[in-house]
Amino acid sequence: MARSYQDLLAAARERVPETQVEELAEQLAGDEPPLVVDVREQHEWDEGHIPGSVHVPRGNLESRIAGEAQVGQEVVLACASGNRSLLAGQTLREMGFENVRSLAGGYNRWKQNGHPFDVPRTLAPAQRSRYARHISIPEVGEQGQLKLLDSKVLVIGAGGLGSPAAFYLAAAGVGTIGLVDDDVVDASNLQRQIIHTTDRLGELKGESARTSIEALNPDVQVDVHPVRIDRDNVLELIDGYDLIVDGADNFPTRYLLNDAALMTRKPLVHASILRFEGHASVFMPYEGPCYRCLFPEPPPPDLAPSCGEAGVLGVLCGVMGSIQATEAIKVALEIGDTLAGRLLIYDALAMTFTELKVRRDPDCPACGPNAVLEFRDYQAWCAGVGHSAAAAVGAGA
Amino acid sequence: MVKIPPVLRQAVGGEREIDVPGDTVSEVLERLYELHPQVRAQLLTPQGELHRFVNVYVNDEDVRLAGWLETEVGEADTVMILPAMAGGAR
Repeated sequence: MARSYQDLLAAARERVPETQVEELAEQLAGDEPPLVVDVREQHEWDEGHIPGSVHVPRGNLESRIAGEAQVGQEVVLACASGNRSLLAGQTLREMGFENVRSLAGGYNRWKQNGHPFDVPRTLAPAQRSRYARHISIPEVGEQGQLKLLDSKVLVIGAGGLGSPAAFYLAAAGVGTIGLVDDDVVDASNLQRQIIHTTDRLGELKGESARTSIEALNPDVQVDVHPVRIDRDNVLELIDGYDLIVDGADNFPTRYLLNDAALMTRKPLVHASILRFEGHASVFMPYEGPCYRCLFPEPPPPDLAPSCGEAGVLGVLCGVMGSIQATEAIKVALEIGDTLAGRLLIYDALAMTFTELKVRRDPDCPACGPNAVLEFRDYQAWCAGVGHSAAAAVGAGA
Repeated sequence: MVKIPPVLRQAVGGEREIDVPGDTVSEVLERLYELHPQVRAQLLTPQGELHRFVNVYVNDEDVRLAGWLETEVGEADTVMILPAMAGGAR
């Protein structure tokens, strides 16, 4: 026997109790509000919905409801006028949800009766398509993507680490990327600094990186800071950014950034590279260890060769810069477990990842309870003034 | 086994890992200095103290938070010498 739409609705109405908008409004204001599941289509949801409700389109109801509601939970289903929610209620009953009701009159009556509603910020259609693979990830989703678009990340150095880090952050749709670098693109950079190109040799690295980023993703605002970061400009430079990606090439800058990140309580995403080896960690000010908890003092210059002196495998930069971009995104979205409290060591020759525990140092001269945090002369300090010079051989050229 | 960081490899003849006996970090390092005297000058102050810029781990734990140089080392343990690295941009 064929059953009409009206037959299906009537059958649903027998199994799924209805609730009125006034009753729901009272319940939502009470101590134990039910979960409101909005089963309308995306464009209807985007035009407005009941505050606090979750969106599970009816077409995905069976597959997605488990991610939003428990079987025993009190659920109120809402659609535009109260019919689709009845049919959705039938489905949930079949799936074992006993405590399901349907909102009579739906969202339209809710709005007509003067109850509050949210109009969400949404992605433009072009953005929905660009970030489709992010939106499909439950931990990111449309709201996460909007959060990334609102994020402001300062990348120190548009070189080996900064190139892949900034490039991936731009592709991911981090809305504002600041680039601090006073250097120009050199032929010897191109073996690893993939954001630059042969025809831009001699250009400021920040400007060259801006050209690549704008070609990749016009959503991203790029702020170029063609200066050498120092204690006089660091606070001004990091002001307005949510987090810092450290791709610097020297100890004075790394210790300076650590102190500035502590002063302003901004997360610092760290990586460093040499030859075939990379280090990475995340320093969350006063929540986890800082750079000086890990390395209280810089090594003398002869034990701290730069990549310029000792060399670096180009693709190593890609791995470590991508790890920094990954951690920056996780910090921005507040998802997953970051490298805070851990130092990740990647050995590309052995192809091994090793993890070391890093703990807060109770006597840390930068973030410990008795620390007096002020900028110092980092150049002199890192040049070994104050500690005995080691008769070191170093890595050589 | 001791893992040698890139900056010390020249001093140990290019080795990345060296097997040295010893029941404590101190014994392991002493044996390493005997084999490769250059390392001693790089890791120790003239007074014979480990430089503060050198971190030493037994497996994944910093010996500063364990028994310092007297931290025990078993046969299956790895001692890692880890100075900070600066490289990034250039």
